[in-house]
This record gives sequence, C-alpha cells and structure tokens, in this order.
Amino acid sequence: MSTMTVLNMLTPKDLASDQEVRWCPGCGDYSILAQMKKALAGLGIPREKFVFISGIGCSSRFPYYMNTYGFHSIHGRAPAIATGLKLVRPDLSVWVITGDGDGLSIGGNHLIHAIRRNMDLKIILFNNEIYGLTKGQYSPTSRLGTRTKSSPLGSIDTPLRPLSLALGADATFVARTLDVDINHLTETLKRAAAHKGTAFVEVYQNCKIFNDGVFEYATDKSTKADNVLYLQHGRPLVFGKDRNKGIRLNGLNPEVVELGNGIALDDLLVHDEKAEEPSLAYLLSRMVYPDFPECIGVFRCVERPTYEDVLNKQIDDVLAKRGAGKLEELFASDETWVVE
Amino acid sequence: MTVLNPSTTRSTGEAPVPHQPRHPIPVEEIGEATIRLAGDSGDGMQLAGTQFTHTSALLGNDISTLPDFPAEIRAPAGTLAGVSGFQIHFSSSDIHTPGDQLNTLVAMNPAALKTNLKDLEPGGILIVNSDAFGSGDLHKAGYASNPLEDGSLRGYRVLAVPITKLNREAVAELKLSTREADRCKNFFALGLVYWLYERSLEPTLRWIQSKFSKNPSVMEANTRALKAGYNYGETTEAMPVHYRVSKAKIPPGRYRKITGNEALALGLTAASKQAGLPLLYASYPITPASDILHQLAELKRYGVRTLQAEDEIAAVGAAIGAAFAGALGVTGTSGPGICLKSEAIGLAVMTELPVVIIDVQRGGPSTGLPTKTEQADLLQAMFGRNGECPVCIVAPCSPADCFHMAFEAVRLAIGFMTPVMLLSDGYLANGAEPWLIPDPAKLPKIPVRFAQSHAGSNGNGTAAFHPYERDARLVRPWAVPGTPGLEHRIGGLEKEDITGNVSYDPANHEHMVHTRAQKIANIAKEIPELTVMGPSEGDVLVLGWGGTYGSIVTACQRAQRKGWKVAQAHLRYLNPLPRNTGEVLKRYRKVLIPELNGGQLRLLIRAAYLVDAVGLNKVQGKPFLVSEIEAKIEELLRS
Ligand SMILES: Cc1ncc(C[n+]2csc(CCOP(=O)(O)OP(=O)(O)O)c2C)c(N)n1
Ligand code: SF4
Ligand SMILES: [Mg+2]
Repeated sequence: MSTMTVLNMLTPKDLASDQEVRWCPGCGDYSILAQMKKALAGLGIPREKFVFISGIGCSSRFPYYMNTYGFHSIHGRAPAIATGLKLVRPDLSVWVITGDGDGLSIGGNHLIHAIRRNMDLKIILFNNEIYGLTKGQYSPTSRLGTRTKSSPLGSIDTPLRPLSLALGADATFVARTLDVDINHLTETLKRAAAHKGTAFVEVYQNCKIFNDGVFEYATDKSTKADNVLYLQHGRPLVFGKDRNKGIRLNGLNPEVVELGNGIALDDLLVHDEKAEEPSLAYLLSRMVYPDFPECIGVFRCVERPTYEDVLNKQIDDVLAKRGAGKLEELFASDETWVVE
Repeated sequence: MTVLNPSTTRSTGEAPVPHQPRHPIPVEEIGEATIRLAGDSGDGMQLAGTQFTHTSALLGNDISTLPDFPAEIRAPAGTLAGVSGFQIHFSSSDIHTPGDQLNTLVAMNPAALKTNLKDLEPGGILIVNSDAFGSGDLHKAGYASNPLEDGSLRGYRVLAVPITKLNREAVAELKLSTREADRCKNFFALGLVYWLYERSLEPTLRWIQSKFSKNPSVMEANTRALKAGYNYGETTEAMPVHYRVSKAKIPPGRYRKITGNEALALGLTAASKQAGLPLLYASYPITPASDILHQLAELKRYGVRTLQAEDEIAAVGAAIGAAFAGALGVTGTSGPGICLKSEAIGLAVMTELPVVIIDVQRGGPSTGLPTKTEQADLLQAMFGRNGECPVCIVAPCSPADCFHMAFEAVRLAIGFMTPVMLLSDGYLANGAEPWLIPDPAKLPKIPVRFAQSHAGSNGNGTAAFHPYERDARLVRPWAVPGTPGLEHRIGGLEKEDITGNVSYDPANHEHMVHTRAQKIANIAKEIPELTVMGPSEGDVLVLGWGGTYGSIVTACQRAQRKGWKVAQAHLRYLNPLPRNTGEVLKRYRKVLIPELNGGQLRLLIRAAYLVDAVGLNKVQGKPFLVSEIEAKIEELLRS
C-alpha cells in the first residue's frame, strides 16, 4: 500500500460534520449514522466523492451530519434527484437516505423506478414503521392494527414489505439489517457500497418516541435467536437458540421445521443470493414474525448493467461511429436555403 | 412554361406537367395567401401541410403555419371530432402570423368542410373531395342535405374534384390495395394546390424519395399522386387563373424552417455547448411538449443526455440533481406537469440551483385542451408555489425566437443560480417559420464559474466553505460534488445567511426571503430594455407577451399604416420585467394588453405600475386573429 493511500484513509471522525445531531435520545438513527461513518471510512474513497441525498423525515436529516456533499431534498423525491446527479457524475458514490413514509408512501414511484433502472445508487431505507417527524402516524409498513393518532382503532391497510417491493422491481441487491446489530449493519453497508447497481437496504430502526420496541422480538437478546434468521450465501436456512430449527420448502410454501426426527440439514432451503430468478428471495422477504423468523442479511446480489453505464455506452457508440456533433451541422439538420 | 417563375423552374428536373395547355392559364401575382388543408385525422393533412410549408420556404416566401389537430389520435373517421387541419400563410413580404382568413380551403370530407368553412373568406377557393360526400359521410358530419348540391356554397369558388377516384386511377398500375392507394390522396390534393399556387413539386418529390426509399411502390404511388394532382389543375384548367407569390425580401443568410419545439431543443443544445456543460433533459411525455424530448433524444453526439422520467416530479428532480452535480439540468412539460413540479421548483429556489423549466402551455384547467394553445400559466409560473418563491420567467415570442429564449433561460439560470421558467405555448411549439441560422462562432459564451477548493480548505473539513456567501449581485457559488474541501449540505429547510446551515431564526428567514427576491430583481440589470415599435408616445400602447407577438405586431403595423398613433411593445422577460417597463407604459394614454387568458399579465402590470391597462382576452384554444386586435385598438382609439 502506498503512503498516499494511507494518508487518504479516512477515519469515521473525518466524516462527521460540525452540526449538532438532533435525533431523540435513544433513536435508532444514531447507530446507523455511526456505522455509516465506519463503513465509508474503510472504503478508500475520498470524502468529496460521497454524496448523500435524502427526502423528508427524521431519517432524512442524515446528510446534515455527514461531512460529505449532501442534499436534504423534498419528501419522497431523493431517488429522482440522485438519478439526475448520477447520470451526469457516474464517478460519485451516491447514497439515498429515506424512511418508510418517504420511500414507500409519497416516494414509492421514484423508488421502484430507480430500482428497475438499476441506477448505481445505495438506497438505505430506515424502517421504523411509523411517521416519526410528523409525530407518529402509522406508515405504509405499520403492522395491521397499529394504533396511532391517525389510526386510533388500529390501522387497517395491509403493510408493504419493502424488500418484496424492491424484488418486484427487479432489484439487483436487496438486504435487511438491524440498527442495533452494529457489526451486521456495518458489513451490510459495506456490501451495498461494493455493489455496482442499485443496492436497496432496509434497516429496522427503532423510533424511541412513537413506536418504541416494534422490533424487540428481533433485537431482544432473549428472543432474537428464535425470531430472526441470518442469511448466509450457500448455507441452509437454520435459526434458533439451539440452531435446531430451519426453513423447508413445502410445495411453494416455506415452513418452519425442527431438525432431527428424520429432518436433516439437507432437507432445508439453501440460501442463494446469486440466484438469477428472484422467487426464493421474494419468498424469504414474505416471511414475517410471529409465523416465521424474519431474515436478516443479503437476500439478493446479482449483476445487471446499470442504467447510466448503458446510457453512456450508447453515447460512446454514436460518438465512435459519427464523431462529436458540431453546432453548424445541427443547425443545418433540416433542409436549408440561402437568401441573397 | 411561361407561367412558371424562375424560382419554381430552377429545380424541376422532371417536368411535372406533360400536357402543354392550349393557351397558358394566366398567372396572377399576389402578395400573400393563406390556405388550409383539412381532412380526417387519418387523411395525412399534417404531412401535406408540412410539405407545402417546406416547399414555400424553399421558394423564398416568408411563412407562418398553424397545425390544428384533434386530441384523439384516431377519432372515429369522418366525424367532426376527427378533423385535422394545417394552415399556411406564405408571403412575399415579412409576416408574423398564420393568417386570419383563408383564401383557399381544401376539405377532404364533409366534416372538414363543416368545421372549417367559417374561416374561408367570401369568394374564397374551396376545393372539396366530392367522392367523400356520400350520404353516410354527410350524415356523420351532421349535414341534412349535400352542400355541394343545395346551393349553400354559392358564395365561394367551389372546385369539386373526385379526388378519391382520380387518385386511384393515377396509381392503378401499381396494383396497390384500395386502402394503400387511398393513403396517397393527400398528395393528390397537395399537387393540385401546388398547381394553384405555382409551386415546384421538386422538394416534395425529393422528400418522397428519401422517405420511402425502402418501399418503392409507396414511393411511386405518392409520386404519381402528387403529379396527377398537379396535372389535373393544369389540364382541366381547374381555375381560370392561378397564383404566384414571389420571394420575400428577408435578411440575407442561410435559412431553415423551424418549429418552436425544434428551436427550444436547438437553443438548449447550443447553450450547453456555449457554457461547456453537459445537458440533462428530463421529461415525462405530454402534449404539446413531447417533441422537445424526441428532438433531444437524438442529440447524444452533442453532449445531450435525456431521461424519460417516471413522472414530472421525477423529471424536475433529475434536473435538480444534475444541476447540483454541475451540469445543465432542464425539464420540460405542459401546465399539468408544472403543477406536479411546483414543490421541486421551490426546492430549486431554496437551494439556488440553476435549472430551466419549460412550460409549453395548453388550454386548461386540468387536462383541458391538450392540443390547443393558451397563455394561462403565467400566474402559475409567477406564484404557483408555497412561500415567497420567486423565479425568473422568460417567454419566446415566435417559433424561431424559442432558440434565443432557450439560450437566454440557460444564461440567466447559470448567471444567477436560479430556476428559470420558459413559457412557450402550443401555438409556438407546433407553428413553423423560417429561421435565419446563426453562426455558431458568433454565439456568446455562457460563463460558468465553479467554486474551487479555496486556499483555506485543507481537505480535513476544518476550513469553512460557505455555500451561501454571495457576490455583489447576490449570487451564491456553484460548488460541485467531487471538489475536495467544499463538502457542504444544501436542502429545502431555510438556510442561515452565508453558512447555509439550517436556521429557524425569524430575522434570518426574513432576510433570506428578501435576498432571494432581490437576487431575482437584480436580473433586470442584465436583460435588454423593453423596445417600442412605433411612436415613442401616443394614444395606445399594445403590450403583449409570449406567442401572441405575431398577431399583435401585424395589427399594430396595420393600425400605424392607417395613421393611428399606436405603438407596440412585447415582453419576452416577465420576471423580472425589463427595467424601463414602467417608464414606457406612462408615455401612452392607454395600454392594451391582449392575452390568451383571462388577463394575467394585465393583473401583474396593474399591480406593479398602477396603470389602468385594458385587456383583450380570448380563451378559445386558438391564437388571436389580427382583425380581433385591430378592432380592439380601434375601439380604444374611439373611446
Ligand atoms: C409534500 C409533503 N407532505 C408531507 C410532509 C410532512 N412529512 C414530513 S416527514 C413525513 C413522514 C416521514 O416518515 P418517514 O419517511 O417514515 O420518516 P421518519 O420520520 O419516520 O424517519 C411527512 C408526512 C412533507 N414534508 N412534505
Ligand atoms: S421521533 Fe422517532 S425516529 Fe424521529 S428522531 Fe425521535 S426517535 Fe428517532
Ligand atoms: Mg418512518
């Protein structure tokens, strides 16, 4: 390693802006911010090459706290703004920070289209299953029956599953992680950074004020092992305190089975994040507590050309074939005549 | 042939006229003519009209055109709703409008006759396809009796031609299906009109050859149809006279025909070259703006990237993202799309990024009249956002002027780090006129100054870069991601003066509101003053803006020729207004503001200058007739 690179290595502190962080004490966003700085510092990318673009929400304040280029835009539109930026500056590392309301409600359209285009964007969705900034209305990911100020008798709309949606839009990288599992969170962010194409990461994030504990089943030390399943590429789907439970496919349906009594590891579903066909990943994205353990990790990681690369290739091809255009030629592109 | 003037003979390599008439039909020299080709939307009238325009432009006439098509791609054939028309005004002198009244109307079916006859002058030439006047066709158009037989057309010079039959005969040898044969009948009609106005067939023959090079039978059929129409005029002596419109005396140089949408695309591309910035044009298809996207999508060789976004909000978002990244971000749409973009335009105002937003206005509200023109988005452009949210607004005044104003929009956006809205309209977008092609070497450069990693910045983030520290004109720096040492955050929350940090301080907010407004006001120092055509003081000033220029200027010229003390001024910069606007207004006893809306500029002018301006307002989805403005001027003078 040259001295140059060593000098250029950032520390997480280098990535902290001078702005006071203003999330509520105990908010899960703090951890995501800390792990983001950790993950990015190790990438060897100079600080000026990072751009954070967010929408509106507690989570979307994120860019203010990073000493990188940042854009706190308007509600739901960050993927669109990031798309324009990336189209003209494909060399930059562009991160979209969004919330469950921002990304899935008002900005749902932009999200799916950014994903289907496979723009080289890292989209991190802070899912707290609530509208934090507007003080606690239910969100598109709130579980049925969630009681909030705007749903006093319990919410009645079926929640969206962010990862199912992303997979439906043909996302090339789809992952889920937890705010409190800091190592997993850091590693997931690093993997997202390494992916070429849209990387969509859902982070279960605790809103201390309006939805405290919604993810306790997945984070509490005493219950966690039975309620989450850490995905590992090429490994069977095993979970449980005693690693004695697994997921088996019964027809087209997943089922929880106990190992032993004639059921062996070989009978379990084996995770394949590289599978061309996203159906198994989709099936995993539909597994929801309490009927199933919820999967944590990389659901899908496949390669597909990015939109900006294909666009730039089209441009390079015409340039190679016909050369750069001159205005003289452009102006005269229709039939012309001379008046003396 | 003695009747052909030099400009038409020069290129007729193939003699289009096999028969020498027994005695040459006299040709009458006229200064100008207005014709309209009307038929079912499947009849190819737009194409025939475009060809006539093109030929006339090549002959050296000044031209102005007005296509008029239904919103439905294919309304039921033969119905009034399905009528499509194309109007061309061509002249041997300088003209500015597609013409008020028609000298010649071609009606390919009864529906076209019914919807267009009212615009034909008394005694005008009416060419009809008599084959299309069967009882079923008449019924669809709502005629109780056949107008070709009931005497109701007595006031016109009617040329009833069995176009369908003659055209089928002309292409009979080619053994096409009836359907295919009938698709050429627009060219038969075109040929006949070419004869009537002594046009050369050559440009259209050339076009047919290149267009159908892969389909020889279609090429041959259209060629035969065109010639057959021409020959029909010549051999049957269809009219006792035919007409010549000579070359116009227009400034020398190389010309091409251009529509407003084409000119916008070229203007944006030229501006991006002159600024040395890549152009990202992001748009969601909408009539009448889509052609800008189509045009620019072809221009990848010129540093142009296009994005067909998922909706209008994404389109403006992408333009803003590109602007943040140091490129030229442009989005284009029509009124309904502007509604969707409003919040994001506010973001561009707050973040002070240079984006250009094109609104090709159409009839509203809501979906309104998608294919018709209107000027009713001015107040939306001025005020249609939350908060005190000023943007710069410009408006081209003619199809060719769209080039210049697109260039200006870019210059002002970059020069003042502000969104600029450009208000075109359906009339400018689809209308065409000759364009004196500029010399690219003489186009001005658009200076771009990106903030550089400044002396204090040491790459550790300790040196403060201030994204909202302004120059004397109140313009903030453009600091582009990727530049070491200038890392900063922008956003839609109120900015603290200078540092750009989030601030909820009341005094700061007021200061920033004033600063943003003052910055836009400062643009007035860098745009041209309002110029006046006609007396520098007098009875009436006719003040217009945008696409109504042609009718207004023509009306004022006529009024002046009558010796009336009428002056005319046209606003192409609407926010800020030219710095001398108030002073100009005060020099006239009365100010008349014709607009294709309910009086939106008038509201602004009255508010800004306390001038009791009078309005002439029309909202029919159509441009002004010159005569309408003339009549209003006369009324004002008499009152
Ligand atoms: C156009 C618009 N509509 C509504 C709002 C109000 N608003 C701000 S944030 C928000 C919801 C945020 O929820 P989420 O995206 O889940 O973010 P969180 O605060 O939970 O992190 C809403 C409705 C807004 N800012 N803009
Ligand atoms: S309201 Fe909830 S999400 Fe927002 S900062 Fe507070 S704890 Fe975090
Ligand atoms: Mg939320």
